[in-house]
Amino acid sequence: MTEKIILAGFGGQGMMLLGKLLAQAAMTDGKYVTYFPSYGTEVRGGTAVYCLIISNEEIFSPLIEEADTLIVMNQPSYQKYKDMVKPDGLLVLNSSMIKSNNLPDVKTYQVPATEIASKLGNVLVSNIVMLGAFLAIKKLFSAHLILEQLQAMLKGKKGNLFSLNKQALESGMQVIKTV
Amino acid sequence: MKDRLPGGISIMKQLLTGNEAAAEAAIQAGCRYYYGYPITPQNELINYMSTRMPEVGGAFIQAESEIAAISMVHGSAAAGGRAMTSSSSPGISLKQEGISYLAGSELPCVIVNIQRGGPGLGDISASQADYFQAVKGGGHGDYHTIVLAPCSVQEMADLVYDAFDLADKYRNPVIILGDAQVGQLMEPVEFHKKPKKNLPAKSWALTGAEGRKKNVIKSFYPVKGQLEEFNAHLQRKYRTIEEHEVRYEAINIHKADVILVAYGTSARICKEVVKKSQQYKFKVGMVRPVTLWPFPKEIIRKVSERVECILTVEMSAGQMVEDVKLAVEGRCPVHFYGRTGGGVPTSLEIIRKIVEIVPDNRAANTLLQLAAVK
Repeated sequence: MTEKIILAGFGGQGMMLLGKLLAQAAMTDGKYVTYFPSYGTEVRGGTAVYCLIISNEEIFSPLIEEADTLIVMNQPSYQKYKDMVKPDGLLVLNSSMIKSNNLPDVKTYQVPATEIASKLGNVLVSNIVMLGAFLAIKKLFSAHLILEQLQAMLKGKKGNLFSLNKQALESGMQVIKTV
Repeated sequence: MKDRLPGGISIMKQLLTGNEAAAEAAIQAGCRYYYGYPITPQNELINYMSTRMPEVGGAFIQAESEIAAISMVHGSAAAGGRAMTSSSSPGISLKQEGISYLAGSELPCVIVNIQRGGPGLGDISASQADYFQAVKGGGHGDYHTIVLAPCSVQEMADLVYDAFDLADKYRNPVIILGDAQVGQLMEPVEFHKKPKKNLPAKSWALTGAEGRKKNVIKSFYPVKGQLEEFNAHLQRKYRTIEEHEVRYEAINIHKADVILVAYGTSARICKEVVKKSQQYKFKVGMVRPVTLWPFPKEIIRKVSERVECILTVEMSAGQMVEDVKLAVEGRCPVHFYGRTGGGVPTSLEIIRKIVEIVPDNRAANTLLQLAAVK
């Protein structure tokens, strides 16, 4: 099993955290994992892209030329990276912020992540909604394992954010189940 | 993540960037003096140090410049402390005067260079274009630093830990030559508590001369003949280091038709080509120098007697390839493939280059098959 995932959005949309949660889960699960956050000179609003590789075998290059999955949060990132998904790959896009008439010819799921997160009361958890959707599609890890990682990260003052994030994760999973 | 080792010792596996792993390894190696100045792509290192160093009662200073930082390292090292600084290419250029002084004063310290594209301000992507500067002595005078090149986050931790021992053992600066990729890449890493090595006491350190003869730390020898004598001493030390401290990783060199020579990030990509080729007739092997100075000449000379040719792969316009040629001394052709300015070679590019330099259908067939296995 090797899963090459590209995560893209604008700086501030939480793609870094989304990938880190998956990477931590992979590590805890005993998998090989490389996570390469390639930020440029961008500030908030610029495109940020992350390469995450999870595998049962040693990983050589941490860069991704052809992705099994692209999780994408906004229009500019979508334009830039949509063609990097391999022909039988998966595209999960934030339909609240990406409009396209000609989607690439790959398995595509449209998740209104920004809308769902706003309804939950905090637009910042849109990344966790996307993560929930991805988990429900690919089932790489259990929701339980991801929640454990979240709990470990949301310590101290941030502890009260856990239930919101849990709701976001579950809402994302629910979207896929009802498609 | 907690792993249980035999004997009930528990070790923590952590997901860290190479930069953070370098910082934590330094702390665990007993480094208590860190001086830095921010520059991408090594900021995770200085950031980590700013929180972690006060926790262990060490000194963290964000200096007013790179030159100030390396001079502070000089001071702490002279007083016998384990000191470190880090930067990226343009910042390391600024430190060269200080590094020459450290080498001339025989002061142990660790300098981390997370290379970015150059020349000049360049860019912030991964590069290996500071090889010459690191291994040929970027500052003035006849000196060498020991240069270690990690290719993974785990190796970053391991080499930084060892760097402090090597520095103390030889009273010599050690450079960790990484790049933006190995610095910013996150991978699981474990910090193994290693047994303390039997290192010489720092009887030369400036610790207050009460009750003993005074120590002098200097790199200035104005009396005629003294400096030549000191240089002869340095050269003897460098020969000892060359004799004892060469490190490399050799993969499938015995059955190989072609040998790749690469270090750091480019070596990881070469390894993919090597591993994939094993199931085919035409075989690719690899020598990955871990110490860039001292350079693993001997193993490269040995393989050059048997193979069709050697291909050196670097993220530069061709720097280490010169040392490979010096080791090979014309015994076999030495080819080069490089990317510059932040470009990272792909396994497919390396395969294409091998097909180009081995005018043999066997190679072409095997390797093109190999390229198809994605």
